[in-house]
Amino acid sequence: MSKLVIKYVWELPVRVTHWLNMVAILTLTATGLLIAHPMTLAGSPSQFVMGWIRFVHFVAAYMFAISLASRIYWSLVGNRYSSWRTFFPYLNPEDRQQMWATLRYYTFLSRKLPHVVGHNSVAAAAYSLVFLLYLGMICTGFALYSEHAPGGFYALTFGQLRHLFSNQTLRLLHHCFMWLLLGFAIQHVYSCWLMDIKERGGIISSMFSGYKSVEED
Amino acid sequence: MDNNGYDDKKSAAEQHYDFPQMLAERGVSRREFMKFCSAMSAALALPVTFAPKIAQALDEVKRPTLVWLEFQSCTGDTEALLRAASPTVAEIVLDILSVDYAETIMTAAGHLAEANLDKVVKEEKGKYIAVVEGSIPLKDGGVYCCIAGKTALERATEVCGGAFATIAVGTCASYGGLPAAAPNPTGAVGVKEAVPGATVLNLPGCPLNADNLTATIVHFLLFKKLPATDGFGRPLFAYGKRIHDNCERRPHFDAGQYVEKWGDEGHRKGFCLYRMGCKGPETYHNCPSQRYNEKTSWPVASGHGCAGCSEPMFWDRMTPLYRRLPNVPGFGIESTADKIGLGLAVGTAAIFAGHGIISAVRGEDKMEGKKREDLKHDKDRR
Ligand code: HEM
Ligand code: SF4
Repeated sequence: MSKLVIKYVWELPVRVTHWLNMVAILTLTATGLLIAHPMTLAGSPSQFVMGWIRFVHFVAAYMFAISLASRIYWSLVGNRYSSWRTFFPYLNPEDRQQMWATLRYYTFLSRKLPHVVGHNSVAAAAYSLVFLLYLGMICTGFALYSEHAPGGFYALTFGQLRHLFSNQTLRLLHHCFMWLLLGFAIQHVYSCWLMDIKERGGIISSMFSGYKSVEED
Repeated sequence: MDNNGYDDKKSAAEQHYDFPQMLAERGVSRREFMKFCSAMSAALALPVTFAPKIAQALDEVKRPTLVWLEFQSCTGDTEALLRAASPTVAEIVLDILSVDYAETIMTAAGHLAEANLDKVVKEEKGKYIAVVEGSIPLKDGGVYCCIAGKTALERATEVCGGAFATIAVGTCASYGGLPAAAPNPTGAVGVKEAVPGATVLNLPGCPLNADNLTATIVHFLLFKKLPATDGFGRPLFAYGKRIHDNCERRPHFDAGQYVEKWGDEGHRKGFCLYRMGCKGPETYHNCPSQRYNEKTSWPVASGHGCAGCSEPMFWDRMTPLYRRLPNVPGFGIESTADKIGLGLAVGTAAIFAGHGIISAVRGEDKMEGKKREDLKHDKDRR
């Protein structure tokens, strides 16, 4: 009879980038909404309210981009639970089966919850889409950012997107991706809470400590 | 204009102009002329030390020939040029050019006029300057714009192809402009797209700022070449900076003071028009510093947001004019990205709240471990 054991699953870089992403996304959303719907917050033109809002947006943007780049690097060198492979569960039959079982559980078609150590396969598949949204956010964001310095580094790199999409399309994508990310965030918090209760593996605290309670092999 | 000193025996390109005399005849003092030269060096982003060189170049200038073609346009660019309030030095500079063909202003008509154009194309190949106003239709063999029995495309190919350089004035000639707005019924394009082989300098704007044309010509007379351009073929001296970065309302933008409704308090106080859809943050043009109609005003100064008119396809790509974001394609006219987004967020929250309630009521779920019985101790904990 195997027992529950404490297992180190999430390495430090995984946890750090996870929380950096959260802080960055919350900050970027709050400041982004203020950029999209600017309000007259200043009493005198000598103030710098919007200036600071945009400054915070751009600092958080850099933080977010660096965090994402670090996480991508870690998906190449980290342990198996952080590997890029776990994010494409539909590519191998075993994981596909597990994905199916998990989906059945989520949709109340089954009461059996597959046993997992790292990401559950449905979540992992969702995260791969979220990574795409992150990349979309960073690409459209830096393309908009490049507009202040034509001929500069960002204009020559991300700014090329302005030839593919119009400025207005880039803005609309940047804006809509934000809402998709917020939709994901709501779902994410709920699912973790649900799994924390149902799996009893301490999934929420695991993102702080790195340890999960899992069955012994 | 009055071509005093015009000598029929010499070819037009060799004509020497007595510029100081021209100035004197128009009652322009040397001092005013030098002021103009300094202004031009500023417009061209050259050091002031260039002002005397500009004066010298203009004094010694030979008459380059210029032909002005007009295709699918509203003649706004010609208007912008002709509407100078008083005879200015700039106008005289343009008079230096031997304008041998310009539909709107020439007195010659019919075959005579066309013969003039043919003569320039033949005799001054590679030396004359072509100015094009208006877009060129390509659809249905180009039948939508024909002059003297030739399509715009044929004429442009012939005239622009043989020119030293072509200056596309206005957004239509540069990128197709309004005639090219979706669904572009005539298949309109700009000069560079219609005649890829031609050397084209784009001076977009709706209309172009005549000062930028003058500065371009001064640059050409001074350096005998066209100014440096950006990726859209626009000279950097006029299109190298963003409207937003030179805008007089920018302090209000950074402070956080916005017009929130047309005619509200902020509008009366001259606050920033960002919220009202101003496209200054994504438009490159020197309107804030050069302004229109002899530096009288420009849209943002008069309380209207920038429409992005100097950007390629602005009618399709910079709209809506009075809001920041376009609508999400596939949704109703009045649903903005935020309404849809908020709906999505609330919908997600509702779905998962429902899921949570069902999960809580249902209880009794099983972890599917390697051995199912192992989970018994879990149940005991409950
Ligand atoms: C989760 C990430 C992000 C969120 C939620 C977010 C949100 C937003 C929102 C809602 C806007 C307003 C768009 C509009 O309606 O016009 C905005 C504008 C902008 N964002 Fe982001 N953003 C994110 C990441 C980034 C990144 C990585 C950059 C890169 C530098 C960036 C740069 C910009 C820029 C330059 C603007 C336009 C500012 C202006 O017009 O003054 N954003 N952002
Ligand atoms: S009015 Fe337009 S160009 Fe001027 S600061 Fe505001 S957004 Fe920028």
